[in-house]
Amino acid sequence: MSEETLNLKLRIWRQDGPSSKGGFAEYPANNIPTDASFLEMLDVVNEQLIEQGEVPVEFPHDCREGICGTCGVMINGRAHGQEKATATCQLHMRKFTDGDTIEIEPWRAAAFPVVKDLVVDRSALDRVIEVGGFISAPTGSAPDANEMLIPKDVAESSMDAAACIGCGACVAACPNSAGQLFTSAKIWHLNAMPQGQAERYKRTEEMVETMEQYFGSCTNHGECSEACPKEISLDFIAYMNRDYVKSKVKNRRLAGQ
Amino acid sequence: MATTTPSRNSTSPPMRPKPKQLPFPLSLYQTAVGKKWVMALTGLGLVGFVVFHMLGNLKVFIGWVPEEGAYDLDIYGEFLRELLVPLFPHGVLLWILRLGLITMFALHIHSAYSLTRLNSASNQPYAAKRDWIAANFASRSMRWTGVITLLYIVFHLADLTWGVGPAYSDWEYGRVHENLVGSLVRPAAAIIYIIAVVALSIHIFHGIWSMFQSLGWSNPNYDWMRRGLSMGIAALILVGNLTIILSIWTGAVGLEAGQ
Repeated sequence: MSEETLNLKLRIWRQDGPSSKGGFAEYPANNIPTDASFLEMLDVVNEQLIEQGEVPVEFPHDCREGICGTCGVMINGRAHGQEKATATCQLHMRKFTDGDTIEIEPWRAAAFPVVKDLVVDRSALDRVIEVGGFISAPTGSAPDANEMLIPKDVAESSMDAAACIGCGACVAACPNSAGQLFTSAKIWHLNAMPQGQAERYKRTEEMVETMEQYFGSCTNHGECSEACPKEISLDFIAYMNRDYVKSKVKNRRLAGQ
Repeated sequence: MATTTPSRNSTSPPMRPKPKQLPFPLSLYQTAVGKKWVMALTGLGLVGFVVFHMLGNLKVFIGWVPEEGAYDLDIYGEFLRELLVPLFPHGVLLWILRLGLITMFALHIHSAYSLTRLNSASNQPYAAKRDWIAANFASRSMRWTGVITLLYIVFHLADLTWGVGPAYSDWEYGRVHENLVGSLVRPAAAIIYIIAVVALSIHIFHGIWSMFQSLGWSNPNYDWMRRGLSMGIAALILVGNLTIILSIWTGAVGLEAGQ
């Protein structure tokens, strides 16, 4: 463990509940080890607040190893902070310098109402998954290995999309609060694979239209992909747009049933 | 094993209900992805118009054609009205093309307007300052460059097509070259034209790149060309039109002596 420590000034968004008015509050964060993660730094600050008899800051966190998608706050105007391809829990305090002021704000989108302090309700993302982010497969004994041949690059493309952890940073980073990167990743990781073909166009149509009930529309800035802790590519949005228009044509042809 | 979430749908009811679905081609336009698709296609058509418009205007450099006894730009203008003349009456095909152009404009503007409404309803501004990483000036200013272009088009039509309002005093129908030179030698008009061409080029720079995304024309083999292509076409439109404006403003291109 290094002995280096930082003294920081935090401006944290405090909000008692969904309907109450929030605002920034300033807290000192002193003697923060440079080896601490951003969330551990918030833990230290919360310990101090509890000792002083104040209400600790609510912030979203779970696995703290960048895979659950629970954590996520706006740090100095960037989703998940200034480090590329990391979630908030993987951002380390050694990336900051002594005396820095850090502004911490919850994700903001009309579809992400603030629950308390830095915690937002991201269940709108679940609504998108529910209408098509799955395959309807008959259960039974496990199929034989390699029974269904999948080219390696197809599997890789699907896997790149499936890396999405659903943290909502794309929506938070987007000036339009669009859910395109999330939805396109969830669509493509199934649409690329043979198992996803049966419901491909129904899935695309349903998920896009549900997404649009909650989120804005894409203006192709590319902020989402830069903010994404898993570096999901903008290309998936193009694939989704292509499949969506196809789905409108194909689903029309199913008329008459 | 399957688990059920008891309070499913208890939070975040849809902000917008799903609209009742219209018949097929219209159903596309009911959704934001479909509107972007329409915006991209109409944008492609409008960029095509802008390129051909510029190519036509470059004939101002050919100037006076003694054999014809007319300016080359005027001959070109008459050629447009004479397009496919035995098949269509004089000027009719040009009007058909114009109606297509007006339709594309209307759809482009309406989709932009309704998507902007959707986006501002979906967005909540941050209280702290945002630190943009990928968004560039062109992408952030699409709405402004679009509105500037729209206002400019009204000015441009009044100035050179209708010959009303800001048009130069001796404007005359069919004398395209003289009307153009007469307008652009006025510094105020030239500056408006320059501002509009710059705004349009910035708009097209993001627009063409954005078009590939919206139409889903993405292939990792060719994606590296998209940025260069949008930059190239924007630069072509910027340089081509600026050359015309500056040449006339500075007097390098003017009226033939004795005409």
